[in-house]
Amino acid sequence: MVQPLGYLKESASQTAGPYVHIGCTPNFTGIHGVYDHDLGSGSLVNEQTRGERITIRGRVIDGAGTALRDALVEIWQADADGFYNSPSETRGKADPNFFGWARCPGDMETGEFVFETIKPGRVPFRDGRLMAPHVNFWIVARGINLGLNTRMYFSDETQANAEDPILARIEHKVRVPTLVGKRDGDTVTFDIYLQGENETIFFDI
Amino acid sequence: MRNAPPETTPFFPRDREMHPPAYTPWYKTSVLRSPQRALISLEGTKSEITGPVFGHNIINEFDNDLIVNYAKPGESPIGQRILVHGRVVDERGVGVAGALVEFWQANAGGRYRHKKETYLAPLDPNFGGVGRTITDENGFYWFKTIKPGPYPWPNGVNDWRPAHIHFSIFGHGFAQRLITQMYFEGDPLIWICPIVKTIPDEEAIKRLIAPLDMNATIPHDMRAYKFDIVLRGRRSTLFENRKEGN
Repeated sequence: MVQPLGYLKESASQTAGPYVHIGCTPNFTGIHGVYDHDLGSGSLVNEQTRGERITIRGRVIDGAGTALRDALVEIWQADADGFYNSPSETRGKADPNFFGWARCPGDMETGEFVFETIKPGRVPFRDGRLMAPHVNFWIVARGINLGLNTRMYFSDETQANAEDPILARIEHKVRVPTLVGKRDGDTVTFDIYLQGENETIFFDI
Repeated sequence: MRNAPPETTPFFPRDREMHPPAYTPWYKTSVLRSPQRALISLEGTKSEITGPVFGHNIINEFDNDLIVNYAKPGESPIGQRILVHGRVVDERGVGVAGALVEFWQANAGGRYRHKKETYLAPLDPNFGGVGRTITDENGFYWFKTIKPGPYPWPNGVNDWRPAHIHFSIFGHGFAQRLITQMYFEGDPLIWICPIVKTIPDEEAIKRLIAPLDMNATIPHDMRAYKFDIVLRGRRSTLFENRKEGN
């Protein structure tokens, strides 16, 4: 016999179900008067926020090509200088006018999510090499048993993307474009495919 | 908050054998919503190990009391009054301070207050079914509510959800993000529910079943159920020797 390690096991995930909006964005589903506003809703940017304003738009699309109308998407990103607004950020202080996190329910008709934010700066990988600018995504919905993690990179960052240590390790280069938001002016479009030929790369983080 | 420096280490790898796989055809909606390719492994960079902090100031006085937070003055919802309490810890057993815990549920008749909900049980005019709280410095949390009812749902021709409360938990890092459901001790519907059965490990299912806690029960007022939640642990700072980038 040996000593028990004594670690606990993470609680098992269960699907967010069709009514995740009740819990996370109640005003969105018509439950008013409990919270003043839905947490993480609205623009991430105020007048003092540093950085280049962008709008991220996209949909979460199932294996039949249909956009989910009951998904909830959260993003987490660095500020314009590549710092996260978090106690675990030890390299420097993030822009106090940029929280870096938001959530958006897909539109109940079109499934579209929209984030008004800034383009993040570059964040170092664990060995100090710079990763390309990216936004972290977490997707939950009815039928998704465990939240899905992915990243959105930027189509106007060809050089940085080529140097990115995460993108570099992806064996099937043909899949890399599934992680790249397409920039057109100030809008970056990022559709997330749960299945099929264009299945988005999801990460075990 | 603990009087200690914030932790900056990566999380333990997620033990996916404790979680449902993506593709669980007996839960039909998963069929077209389950990624089929292997996940790409990504050990924690700053992007995964960091996360926002939600201050206690975002919480209003009655956010953790679903009995009153939607009720008309002087009225209250129909149903069994219960207290749900527990602790959010990580896999090391360390309490997770300042975790945002959000919860939502059906009313006593099994009906959700949602635009797309069609079950014939009535809405309760005094029940919204949503609340939230933030864990204290040791990871403890509690809220008051009405025990939700079971309800039928369109999957098989006669599938019923056991009574349950949905939980969304936001710990200290984006990689700790978790959504799960709490079930109630003694409910026979638990073991025949297709969504519960997406979890392959019986012990993992049992850890989602809250026991009746008579010690925490408030006499002549409400019974209590205890529900502890475990988030991913992270390596000790002592073991780290990275010069930069971590």
